[in-house]
Amino acid sequence: MANMSLKKVAMPEQDPNVRNKNFEEVALGYTKEMAMEEAARCLNCKNKPCVGGCPVNVPIPAFIEKVAAGDFEGAYEVITTENALPAICGRVCPQENQCEGKCVRGIKGEPVGIGRMERFVADWHMANAKETEVNIEKNGMKVAVVGCGPAGITCAGELIKKGYDVTVFEALHKPGGVLSYGIPEFRLPKDLVAKEIESVQKLGVDIETNVIVGRSITIDELMEDGYKAVFVGSGAGLPRFLNIPGENHLGVYSANEFLTRVNLMKGYKFPECPTPVKVGKKVAVVGAGNVAMDAARTAKRLGAEEVYIVYRRSEEEAPARLEELHHAKEEGIIFKFLNNPAAIKADENGWVSSMEVIKQELGEPDASGRRSPQPIEGSNYDLDVDTVIIAIGQSPNPLIRHTTPGLDTQKWGGIIVNEETMETSKDGVYAGGDTVTGAATVILAMGAGKKAAAAIDQKLQGK
Amino acid sequence: VYKIVKKQTLNQAVELMEIHAPYVARKCEPGQFIIIRVDEDGERVPLTIADYDREKETVTIIYQVVGYTTELLSKKAEGDYVQDFVGPLGQPAPLHKCDRVIGVAGGVGAAPLYPQLRKLAKMGVPVDVIIGGKSAEFVILKELFEEFCDNVYIATDDGSLGTKGFVTTVLEDQIKAGVKYDEVIAIGPLIMMKNVVKITKEYDIPTMVSLNPIMIDGTGMCGGCRVNIGGETKFACVDGPDFDGFKVNFDECMQRQGMFREEEHECRIGRGM
Ligand SMILES: Cc1cc2nc3c(=O)[nH]c(=O)nc-3n(C[C@H](O)[C@H](O)[C@H](O)COP(=O)(O)OP(=O)(O)OC[C@H]3O[C@@H](n4cnc5c(N)ncnc54)[C@H](O)[C@@H]3O)c2cc1C
Ligand SMILES: Cc1cc2nc3c(=O)[nH]c(=O)nc-3n(C[C@H](O)[C@H](O)[C@H](O)COP(=O)(O)OP(=O)(O)OC[C@H]3O[C@@H](n4cnc5c(N)ncnc54)[C@H](O)[C@@H]3O)c2cc1C
Ligand code: SF4
Ligand code: SF4
Ligand code: FES
Ligand SMILES: [Mg+2]
Repeated sequence: MANMSLKKVAMPEQDPNVRNKNFEEVALGYTKEMAMEEAARCLNCKNKPCVGGCPVNVPIPAFIEKVAAGDFEGAYEVITTENALPAICGRVCPQENQCEGKCVRGIKGEPVGIGRMERFVADWHMANAKETEVNIEKNGMKVAVVGCGPAGITCAGELIKKGYDVTVFEALHKPGGVLSYGIPEFRLPKDLVAKEIESVQKLGVDIETNVIVGRSITIDELMEDGYKAVFVGSGAGLPRFLNIPGENHLGVYSANEFLTRVNLMKGYKFPECPTPVKVGKKVAVVGAGNVAMDAARTAKRLGAEEVYIVYRRSEEEAPARLEELHHAKEEGIIFKFLNNPAAIKADENGWVSSMEVIKQELGEPDASGRRSPQPIEGSNYDLDVDTVIIAIGQSPNPLIRHTTPGLDTQKWGGIIVNEETMETSKDGVYAGGDTVTGAATVILAMGAGKKAAAAIDQKLQGK
Repeated sequence: VYKIVKKQTLNQAVELMEIHAPYVARKCEPGQFIIIRVDEDGERVPLTIADYDREKETVTIIYQVVGYTTELLSKKAEGDYVQDFVGPLGQPAPLHKCDRVIGVAGGVGAAPLYPQLRKLAKMGVPVDVIIGGKSAEFVILKELFEEFCDNVYIATDDGSLGTKGFVTTVLEDQIKAGVKYDEVIAIGPLIMMKNVVKITKEYDIPTMVSLNPIMIDGTGMCGGCRVNIGGETKFACVDGPDFDGFKVNFDECMQRQGMFREEEHECRIGRGM
């Protein structure tokens, strides 16, 4: 008999007033018992609407059935037929818009906690499973992958299993992409990311860090070196700025800079780790996506007394995962919705002293039906802050596009692909993830990597 | 990891290293730079490519010991390894044929200037150089410049070598004496480049300068290296590091360079340096 509780089994979490001072993971994960209890909420629907909401089609009811039966390794095998990084997806997927958003239990009450169970299963596997030897028959062809984020890792993992020799070229000194430099430790522990990457390395994927494709070597040169295909998963790492006066004052960061200093360079351990990061007492984070929530919660943890989220639209339009908005509020982040920055002001030494903000109201719905914010005349005021972090989005880095003749891109920089195969306009070159879609999600990037791997295999096997 | 195949002391504060780095050595051009990380958990620090050997697959860097990371690097010996070494980064310097170019170097700025002037000389452009330093001891690479420069002028603060005074004094004297330069390339401390541009603007001589804002990734990902060029925001790591000196907002650059001064100090103190 199914568990008919309207609520998900609660996930244990660190207390908000404790966790907003440390970098330990916020959500602590289910126990065996909790996972099994939650699994009993699934109705094992015949038409599986939840699966349709998952960009990589994880066989959700099938894995939940195993969880309910206490067969966690079995559940892991089911999930990993479709998803190579379940410990990560369970933690960072916007489940409310994807799998859980389609769950029938969500019509009345809360949907089944699919993400939480996925996370539990992956963590259980990491803690308990024995290493199994894999024997892959090599086919003698080599493929190059550009960028070691979720798109690249997934593509590499798929191709190595199909027998290709795979080399991933990564610009930074550490693999992982946004998982390493962007998403903070308290949301996605870095040793977990490292383990997931190790697991593809164990299959034989070669990761070469410190290689910037376009500068250290070009895509054409890779092809000349005998790579039969190249997958570009270079992400959308170029930060956007507001283009308002005062953006170069001291104390203004892009979210990428701020988060990179803290996560990739371990600035939270300064001076033990020598990369500095400076957070003032009052911090304004501009934007309301996941990146903004991460920046705000990180600033709080680094000792800022007041942290604001300044966003020109209303809460309804905030693109962050629901859980992140909720956690941020619990941790004491102050939300200023319908507020748009107009200028950043500085003291006589060039340091940020305040941010001028104009209040907004929602206007008539536009063609897309979205009500766009309009400034309220004369509502300008100065928000007293000493640090500003801009988190209004990123676009693809132009380096690959500038150094790869024959690669067609959108005006805004995204690489153009055939959506069925992820093939670009350049023969043998495939692309996927944020570099194609613009800043999106981990799971979409993984889905693209997987699709490309299948297409590359088809092409190279002459199927 | 990357092997230090040669190490040499140029003066009490400046050292040279040749590092085995095939990817960088194969493709780098004058004007480009690398980012080095000395050890695990280390800072990412940009340094200009002073020279390279495509056959030996090595890259030469010349650095001044100014703080924690450069000091850590300086503790490494020939035969040791550094953790990370990535590049080539930035745009190659835009060098073109003309009738005469003069390079102006302040302190360790002589290192990035050297490959640019050498390349111009190879292209057949007559080149002169002014090298400045605190005192004779701080004037570096003089002999190397002498190999291909028509004139090597020296300026020292204390007059222990060459002219007593600033490189800008020497530059203005040459211009006033009627030497015609099509272009000036100035590399050194921001204040020096700012003062060079003040003069060259007056005489309307196009001037390239090399900016060295604080960087992390060097790939255009963090925006920390942004500089104001003619009112437009540019990322020095991908759009530069060389820019038209007439358009650079030097005061803003100087201010931004000091963003972490307190922390940099704390880092050295905390580590007992
Ligand atoms: C702070 C933050 C929080 C986020 N939170 C979430 C979340 O909660 N849930 C979610 O689903 N998504 C989230 N996202 C979005 C998600 O992380 C991205 O959509 C995803 O990482 C995209 O994957 P990717 O593989 O396409 O690119 P990336 O993860 O960006 O990886 C690209 C990699 O390519 C490398 N690279 C770039 N250019 C080159 C080159 N020329 N040569 C070699 N290497 C190169 C980069 O260094 C990087 O390592 C977040 C993003 C950020 C920044
Ligand atoms: C493109 C570029 C090329 C450079 N080439 C050379 C070179 O060939 N030789 C050389 O001696 N120096 C060069 N520099 C400067 C060099 O990077 C700094 O001296 C070095 O980072 C100092 O580190 P530190 O920890 O020893 O000193 P710190 O005490 O940490 O810093 C001293 C000063 O160096 C600057 N600095 C600190 N961190 C960085 C950083 N991450 N990026 C840039 N500047 C920083 C700041 O102005 C700071 O006040 C270059 C910088 C750039 C941006
Ligand atoms: S991968 Fe993401 S969307 Fe798919 S089932 Fe797992 S949590 Fe849901
Ligand atoms: S829709 Fe919900 S209840 Fe139905 S199978 Fe999927 S997870 Fe289970
Ligand atoms: S150093 Fe990060 S963008 Fe230039
Ligand atoms: Mg330093």
